[in-house]
Amino acid sequence: MPGPTAPPSRKSSEALPLIEFRNVGKTFARGALEAVRDVNLSVAPGEFLTLVGPSGCGKSTLLNMTAGLFLPTTGEVRYAGAVVADINVRVGYMTQVDHLLPWRTLAGNIAVPLEIAGRPKREIAAEVERLMTLVGLTGFGASYPSQLSGGMRKRAALARLFAYDPETLLMDEPFAALDAQMRLVLQVELKRLCRLLGKTVLFVTHDVDEAVALGDRCIVFTSRPGRVRQAITVDLPGDRDLRVLRYDPAYLAQCGALWRLLTPPVEPAVAPQGRRE
Amino acid sequence: MIPLIQAAIVAVFLGTWQMLSPALGLQFFFATPLAVFQSLWALMKSGLLFYHAGITSLEAVAGFLLGGTLGMGIGILLGRHQLLAKVLAPFLTAIYSLPKAALAPLFILWFGIGIDMKIFLAGSIVFFLVFLNTFHGVREVSHEQIAILRLMKANERHLLTKVIIPSAIVWVFAGLRLSVPYALIGAILGEIIAANRGLGFLISSAAGRFDTAGTFAALIAIMFLALVLNRAITFAEGRLMPWRAAEEGREVPI
Repeated sequence: MPGPTAPPSRKSSEALPLIEFRNVGKTFARGALEAVRDVNLSVAPGEFLTLVGPSGCGKSTLLNMTAGLFLPTTGEVRYAGAVVADINVRVGYMTQVDHLLPWRTLAGNIAVPLEIAGRPKREIAAEVERLMTLVGLTGFGASYPSQLSGGMRKRAALARLFAYDPETLLMDEPFAALDAQMRLVLQVELKRLCRLLGKTVLFVTHDVDEAVALGDRCIVFTSRPGRVRQAITVDLPGDRDLRVLRYDPAYLAQCGALWRLLTPPVEPAVAPQGRRE
Repeated sequence: MIPLIQAAIVAVFLGTWQMLSPALGLQFFFATPLAVFQSLWALMKSGLLFYHAGITSLEAVAGFLLGGTLGMGIGILLGRHQLLAKVLAPFLTAIYSLPKAALAPLFILWFGIGIDMKIFLAGSIVFFLVFLNTFHGVREVSHEQIAILRLMKANERHLLTKVIIPSAIVWVFAGLRLSVPYALIGAILGEIIAANRGLGFLISSAAGRFDTAGTFAALIAIMFLALVLNRAITFAEGRLMPWRAAEEGREVPI
């Protein structure tokens, strides 16, 4: 494995940002629906960013704009210094819905990015086998997506994402449908790979514990229209061991703090303090 | 159970026909099933039936392949190029609205009364059915799947072979299935208008000789031919879309 093993920068503000949101706002349906407003955010190369906030607060919208699937209504999204104006092929995107191709078997689906890259057939077969083992899908290569459970399809989508090895990973609740053990295995693997290969990650989750466990920084959003409410630097070592994290008082304290931050907006008719329009 | 009921329906239908036709003095217009069968048997024994059926199959299948291939190709092309589709839409609608049977005399002038004229007639009907279905299928392709593949650096060729064609093929087959009887219409219509061979010729010549038994026999042969073509399509569907069988086999989630 080649690649710089630069540890993820904890001091994101000092490094040259890889992804930058500048006053980003996005409205849909001719302005009837405002998804995000005035988002300013810099992501350093190699940084693992977790995004949390109430449902429908535009976290996925930010990922879509980073991928260049659509453009912001106001402001701009920059990637490596350039404005994202079209499909951004330097990112890989694992969406909430797996979007596996129903006419391909699981192995065929994972092979898609390798085929596009023009890798030789035998190499593809070996790589697919390795990735299926990694996500615990050994023996299911010949099954079609429609024959599998949601969790298995998620894992296949994850294997497909790893197969094309993009510089930046955009992940939208990738582990939501998994059982706790499989989730931990994949979290550990994701964290390990990202550190090893210096990946930059934008990771959307509803799970507060997961946001703290994985993130270098955790961005908390307000409810719609989504704005950055608070950016929390997770005070845990970059090479933290996720398997014993649950016994770590520092981790528990941070989870607790994040919980408290997120709880008020859930109650009806209480707006986030100081953010009234 | 169901095949038994179906067999019973056929038996009752044929029995009633067999008895009513002579009782009402209608043998001339409605030859009894027995007479039809005898006529069919004679045609089969002489080999004439297979000769004529072979000609018609050749025309229908060739027209089917010609119209199907062109319809699919142009359907994909226009499905991917919105501007081209918009420019060509009125012309295509105009030609589509034209009853293809009305083209037969022109086709005779152009191609003569041989097999090729029937092939083109059948092909012109099949083309539009497959074209319209393919076009629709290509437009229905999931934008998300295309976006995901484009993020993987896919070019237009990758999109075409990995997403668009596999996704549209369900629609293509719907068009093909719809086309089977129309390909036969094209071939048989051509034969009725001008030919000395084929099942259409067999019908018109039997009817010309006031041979209703022979006419019914030829109709049965056409029906059988359509069944065979339909089965061939179903077989091709199963081979080309194995994932469909997998989808049907799963338990329905709620």
